[in-house]
Amino acid sequence: MVDTTPDGTLALAAPAARRPRGWLPTLRQLPLIPLAILVPFVLVALFAGWIAPYDPTEPIPGASIFEPPCWMPGGSMHAILGTDFQSRDVLSRLIYGARVSLIVGVTGTLAAGSIGTAMGVIAGYLGGWTDQVIMRLTDAWLALPALVFAIFLATVAGPSMWNIVIILGLVYWTRYCRVIRGEVLSLREREFVKLAEIAGASRLRVILRHVVPNVLNSTMVLASLTIGVVIIAEASLSFLGVGVPPPEPAWGSMLSEGRSMLMVGDWWLTIFPGLCIMLVVLATQLLGDWLRIRLDPQLRNL
Amino acid sequence: MSSLLEVAGLAKHFAVNTAPFPRRRIGLVKAVDGVDFTVAAGETLGLIGESGCGKTTTSKLILLQETPTAGTIRYDGADIRTLDRAGLMRYRREVQVVFQDPFSSLSPRMRVGEIIAEPLQIHTRKSRAEQRERVAEVLELVGLPADVARLFPHEFSGGQRQRIAIARALVTDTRLIVLDEAVSALDVSIRAQIMNQLEELQERLGVSYLFIGHDLATVAHISDRIAVMYLGKLVELAESLELCSRPAHPYTQALFTAALPAHPDQPQERVKLTGEVPSALNVPSGCRFHPRCPHATARCAEEAPATKEIAPGHSVACHLY
Amino acid sequence: MPPLLQVSGLQTHYVSFGGERVVKAVDDVSFSLDEGETLGIVGESGCGKTTTCLSIVGLLPAAARIAGGSIEFEGRDLTRLGPREMRHVRGARIAMILQDPMASLNPLFSIYTQVSEPAYYHQRIRGRPLRERVGELLRAVRIPSPAQRMREYPHQMSGGMRQRIVGAIALSGGPRLIIADEPTTNLDVTIQAQYLDLLKELQQETGVAVIFVTHNLGIVARMCERLAVMYAGKIVEAGTVRELFNHPKHPYTKALLGAMPKLGSKEKLFAIPGQPPDLAHLPSGCAFHPRCPEALPRCAGEAPGETRLSATWRARCWLAAQEAKEGDVVPA
Repeated sequence: MVDTTPDGTLALAAPAARRPRGWLPTLRQLPLIPLAILVPFVLVALFAGWIAPYDPTEPIPGASIFEPPCWMPGGSMHAILGTDFQSRDVLSRLIYGARVSLIVGVTGTLAAGSIGTAMGVIAGYLGGWTDQVIMRLTDAWLALPALVFAIFLATVAGPSMWNIVIILGLVYWTRYCRVIRGEVLSLREREFVKLAEIAGASRLRVILRHVVPNVLNSTMVLASLTIGVVIIAEASLSFLGVGVPPPEPAWGSMLSEGRSMLMVGDWWLTIFPGLCIMLVVLATQLLGDWLRIRLDPQLRNL
Repeated sequence: MSSLLEVAGLAKHFAVNTAPFPRRRIGLVKAVDGVDFTVAAGETLGLIGESGCGKTTTSKLILLQETPTAGTIRYDGADIRTLDRAGLMRYRREVQVVFQDPFSSLSPRMRVGEIIAEPLQIHTRKSRAEQRERVAEVLELVGLPADVARLFPHEFSGGQRQRIAIARALVTDTRLIVLDEAVSALDVSIRAQIMNQLEELQERLGVSYLFIGHDLATVAHISDRIAVMYLGKLVELAESLELCSRPAHPYTQALFTAALPAHPDQPQERVKLTGEVPSALNVPSGCRFHPRCPHATARCAEEAPATKEIAPGHSVACHLY
Repeated sequence: MPPLLQVSGLQTHYVSFGGERVVKAVDDVSFSLDEGETLGIVGESGCGKTTTCLSIVGLLPAAARIAGGSIEFEGRDLTRLGPREMRHVRGARIAMILQDPMASLNPLFSIYTQVSEPAYYHQRIRGRPLRERVGELLRAVRIPSPAQRMREYPHQMSGGMRQRIVGAIALSGGPRLIIADEPTTNLDVTIQAQYLDLLKELQQETGVAVIFVTHNLGIVARMCERLAVMYAGKIVEAGTVRELFNHPKHPYTKALLGAMPKLGSKEKLFAIPGQPPDLAHLPSGCAFHPRCPEALPRCAGEAPGETRLSATWRARCWLAAQEAKEGDVVPA
């Protein structure tokens, strides 16, 4: 009979489920399909300068316009996936376009996520009038059709890649705000938050140390699920001509440029960029779904 | 023996309103309605009652989570409402709480060491090294090895988490800990561990406890004195052993007979209580217990009984005395 | 007369991580229950008592399966029954009362709908007889003005009343066995006392057998005739309530009894050192030995078998086995 119980046999008794260690089992736990798609795209985007055979904005010397891909009659090896209406290499434009799409996608999502999470946390934690004002603002914002709003802002702000990032951030923050606010509302009632308040912590301290770290999970999941949306938004803007300005290659504008030639049978100008958009968005969605299941302790053990 | 905490005429009424524009008051919930008790240094006061009795609200009032509608709370002689900023910080430093649910009282994304050190960071200017030292000290006080400070809460069981919560409550120079159903969610054997630990800590450090609970045997075991609450009022207050041998108020008697036996052959005379606890929106007139009281008289329905001392240290609010 | 329920060598395992981790939530559990008897199954969190009950009624979660043993109820082995047949048993012959009344009641349906459901499906009562039956049941659980109450909804009732409604639903199909899993944990003390009185009366009136699953020995002392103590998936001691309360043989039983605060006594509580074990990584030999104040050297190496101490009493402990051999068995 011991009073000061020697939890030395603590040995972390009742530890959280012991997950298999070692690099091979860990590898097996990763979502292979999304990563198999995304990692090459990311690498391509990073090393575009080294990989791309040609400058994407300059016509290939000695090539004709609308050359088909190399395996079709009329194509040649110097432009593997063909050329566009300015004799520029489609493959190089795809590679540099990956850079644009991924950068805009990621930073746009970061911008939207930061603004949205911050607003959600403030609204949820402070409550009262602050909450009401922010929520009505969110409601109003959500009522605007996202793409139309983005087009409007883009027209006003003028074409440039960083403008697009800001615009996408401004358009998509509301998705985070609503969800995060809900989480904060329930977090606020949790006892560890009350304990901090009782101990005399300032509101800022409680928000930064207790609230924000616990909503980051949701933010990350939301982010990975909406990054696809942002990429498509950017592609749409570029398609409509108000996105990344030419001659900078973007998948969306490639789609737009190649649209008229689809009727004539020059399919490679649109199919390849379209395929790229589809694959990247699919991969991010799958990744987001995996992340969501992984981060939710209840679903994880199934 | 000077009182550390003195509560007099404490009351908290919650207004129940319709939606705004126009906001009309439909009713008044008298969660706490005139409660007096004291907690001396180094003693444990037990607060017992069933749902709706106001013990949770009382704890919130003491922890400054709600402001009283009436009455005073004196800490070390000073009315806490008149405290200036420094005084308030001191109050928050010296009065801490341990809650019921071990699974939500620790911040899931912070390491245990950081969780325990937080009051130090708020109230003192100790360096990181000094903080670490103090954290190790209190961990040892609650029977946990010092190197658990780098772990996360989810790696611990319920009982261990309560120990961490207690460690956190002790890390500054705490003089009063409010234990709000702190052991109710724990398994029986772990509960015994924690109760023994709490008693030992009280002996070593001289800290006072306000032990709020609903299980009579548990509360009686750890408390020096017990206060029984019903529908916002204090119906009886006595020393623990005195209350167990001579419960005076009919409600207290009912609580005792309703308590589960410790042995199958234990005799069970039953003061059978009829009905349910009435809603705090519609408190009965006169003595609040009279609709369910087996000894109720006409006077009980009209006049609320005053608190009388029937023996040294033993007071009751009942017309029978 | 054959027992109403006979559980023999029950093994229920939880499998997770794609088969990598097998947790023996219930490991070789055997007990029996006669008609009209009250049995208490006592243990702390993680000991396997709830899993045992879920195994009996066939409501195990997806990750669990019965890996061995049998559950004989009214002459049939429940582990061999298909889902459709189990549905005829559940509610009609065996009913369950769970801890949280608000979770057991559907907020969208009236009291009448919910109380009548088992009678409707299992006993095929319809129309006016059904309404009368519901009124009878509500009266049996002492709900005042049943005719009015049956039209109300769960949120309009207090916790104590809701738990009674749950009791009425349990009785509605006319079961011979009710399994009550921590039925009073969420109730106030005086309401709990009323509820337990009610259960006792109902038992006397209908002759239904009850299994109480709880961690509170007080409930067992009040309500049960027999008791089984579980630890880490096994029954470590079982017998009549008097046998175990008066002369507990297993150190864990002794510890549980010693950990209960007794009203009016300031005697120091017996606190078992350490934590309940992680079922995925049980200690060798007797699962309790790391925490056992009376452990013998043998306990670390070999898991004890059951020692029969009397016709009704058995314990799974080397110490008890030793004492039994020395003729130290005290009759209840």
